[in-house]
Amino acid sequence: MEATVAYAKAEAENLMATELRLGLPGTADDEQSQTTKATPPSTPRGKKRTATFDAVEDATVAEEANNNKRDVEAAPPVAKAQVVGWPPVRSYRKSCFQQASNKQQSKATKEEAATPVSNTTTSTTAANGSFVKVSMDGAPYLRKVDLRMYKGYRELREALEAMFVSSNNGSANLSEFAVTYEDKDGDLMLVGDVPFEMFASTCKKLRIMKRSEATGLGSARQ
Amino acid sequence: MTYFPEEVVEHIFSFLPSHSDRNTVSLVCKVWFPKLRVLTVKGKPHFADFNLVPPDWGGYAAPWIEAAARGCVGLEELRMKRMVVSDEGLELLARSFPRFKALVLISCEGFSTEGLADIASHCKFLRELDLQENDVEDRGPRWLSCFPDSCTSLVSLNFACIKGEVDSASLERLVAKSPNLRSLRLNRAVSVDTLSKILMHTPNLEDLGTGNLTDEFQTESYLRLTNALEKCKMLKSLSGFWDASPVCVPFIYPLCHQLTGLNLSYTPTLDYSDLTRMISRCVKLQRLWVLDCISDKGLQVVASSCKDLQELRVFPSDFYVAGYSAVTEEGLVAISSGCPKLSSLLYFCHQMTNDALITIAKNCPNFIRFRLCILEPRKPDAMTNQPLDEGFGAIVRECKGLRRLSISGLLTDKVFMYIGKYAKHLEMLSIAFAGDSDDGMMHVLNGCKNLRKLEIRDSPFGDGALLGNVAKYETMRSLWMSSCNVTLKGCEILASKMPMLNVEIMNELDGSSEMEENPGDFSKVEKLYVYRTTAGARGDAPNFVKIL
Repeated sequence: MEATVAYAKAEAENLMATELRLGLPGTADDEQSQTTKATPPSTPRGKKRTATFDAVEDATVAEEANNNKRDVEAAPPVAKAQVVGWPPVRSYRKSCFQQASNKQQSKATKEEAATPVSNTTTSTTAANGSFVKVSMDGAPYLRKVDLRMYKGYRELREALEAMFVSSNNGSANLSEFAVTYEDKDGDLMLVGDVPFEMFASTCKKLRIMKRSEATGLGSARQ
Repeated sequence: MTYFPEEVVEHIFSFLPSHSDRNTVSLVCKVWFPKLRVLTVKGKPHFADFNLVPPDWGGYAAPWIEAAARGCVGLEELRMKRMVVSDEGLELLARSFPRFKALVLISCEGFSTEGLADIASHCKFLRELDLQENDVEDRGPRWLSCFPDSCTSLVSLNFACIKGEVDSASLERLVAKSPNLRSLRLNRAVSVDTLSKILMHTPNLEDLGTGNLTDEFQTESYLRLTNALEKCKMLKSLSGFWDASPVCVPFIYPLCHQLTGLNLSYTPTLDYSDLTRMISRCVKLQRLWVLDCISDKGLQVVASSCKDLQELRVFPSDFYVAGYSAVTEEGLVAISSGCPKLSSLLYFCHQMTNDALITIAKNCPNFIRFRLCILEPRKPDAMTNQPLDEGFGAIVRECKGLRRLSISGLLTDKVFMYIGKYAKHLEMLSIAFAGDSDDGMMHVLNGCKNLRKLEIRDSPFGDGALLGNVAKYETMRSLWMSSCNVTLKGCEILASKMPMLNVEIMNELDGSSEMEENPGDFSKVEKLYVYRTTAGARGDAPNFVKIL
């Protein structure tokens, strides 16, 4: 999944204009030696994830370079088997989660717009609202942005810079980072590939990650 | 023993430290029954937790309560697990025992908040009302108001599993007049503001289960909460976090450094960064329950922060058979490396490797409980595609004190050979989708000298294994086998050889009528439950249970 993005704006800093090729999370085997997944979901994953996920495991862990099963976009949903009593989780626990997800859904329907304490805290409902969490590697706190406030990628980039670069010790330069986002399928995507409106409607959370972590991901490995 | 005066016998027994010894002793003589102060009863088989036991199987509390009401009115404590308890039973309990002090119900069902109202109303000296993970029918909040003004003895109150609303004013009044309260676990309906008010009355609180911590509250509410929490200098254990918003996390920070127990496993709304920000501050943590959204990376944070960790449970957030999990062998290896005191583990994960298990075994030889659940049945070593026999073999070999083990992933008879050979202190073994032949089960029955409970599902063990060491079952508490290869004939033979055992079979699909028509046939038995009995077959078995 190669993403070469060219922008009309050819500014020196290249926050989103990048030659980085972005694959699935966790495929980097750099010093952090994580073969596991950079964007841990807080909600159950979609079916698609399972089919491709195992393939990612095989690719990195078994070091098989050519694994063509990792084309996330094309992977069809895998029907999940239902086995009674497996995984072995108490019904009480399952019913608590059912109550939790019911609450989240009812919250999403009574959405408020711009409040300091936003209701769109959960990743399943962020697509309905417009506030999404923004995390930056190395920063202790997350922020929230309202995607509706921006007309395009440039404004968003400027806002993120203002939030993170000026507020931290200033040693970080945003050109060292790549901005990625988690879409509503739970996949990690590079910001900038699709028209801004489409991005804004599918973006669940933003993550500003170090370039070094993002380098080497994606179709180059296949 | 009956030649000695009772006072002497009692004095001798007071030297028995362990419950199991006392249990054994109490079975010997009915004379001692009337003096019973504490009664613990467990009902359904463990696999009932996972819906493998059909409803109405049994485990009714009523006969026990009735017998106690007739015979031992000095009863002070009743603890029940996986039983079916009715409101009538609770009412009888409340009215029959004038000195009753403690009721603990774990994973029970069949009662409602009205039964609790009776307990509250009539147990004047109630110290402990501990409701853990029960399925309670909600008939309104009245029960909490039923504690009389004279009842000031509460030490422990846990109603986290109550689904419905709770009257805040009643709750505040109750807490205000309970100066000895050490443990308080609230339910989802209790707001942040109510929690803050309550905490002003509980300076000695050691264990708290919060109400809901959503983001619907203003910052001022959370500031009040922090102030209230800071007054609880003795607070060591925290749970609840119902619907917790990430916003609430920083307000808990002042408590973190003193926590020894933390349960975040009912909070799918906190992700790995929220969790690690909290947990990295919990440097004294001994017990941690989390969801797998913590991810391997988060577990590394736990490993570097929580050096005193003894118990870890990582639960799945996705309940599908081969669901996604952000947690793999790497997280556990990190934990084992950073937390050498780890002795109790329940770990749901996406994958495992032999190398990881071998490393873990070397890092943590003190495991007493090791329960590993790889979400996809029969999944092999993620790196080598081999069975995980060697990995689990390392665990049983290194962890000489291992008492409880649950295995998963791709496993052959070899792992059972290791278990039989090395797991000499093993008391409980859970097997699912494992093994190749009867030899596997035989290794366990022959080798594990201290085995008390064996539960097996979906594994190819048949009559040969079932009948290979029948005397063993008299030394065990129970055997469960479901979706294995045992036949009706095999079960009949077992029942005829061992009259001291109840051999229960359950076939849900119109099996009972078939069984009548074709005695001794070789049709497979869907579910088998074998246990010792001194009283013969039980009288409360439903239609689908046949006791041979």
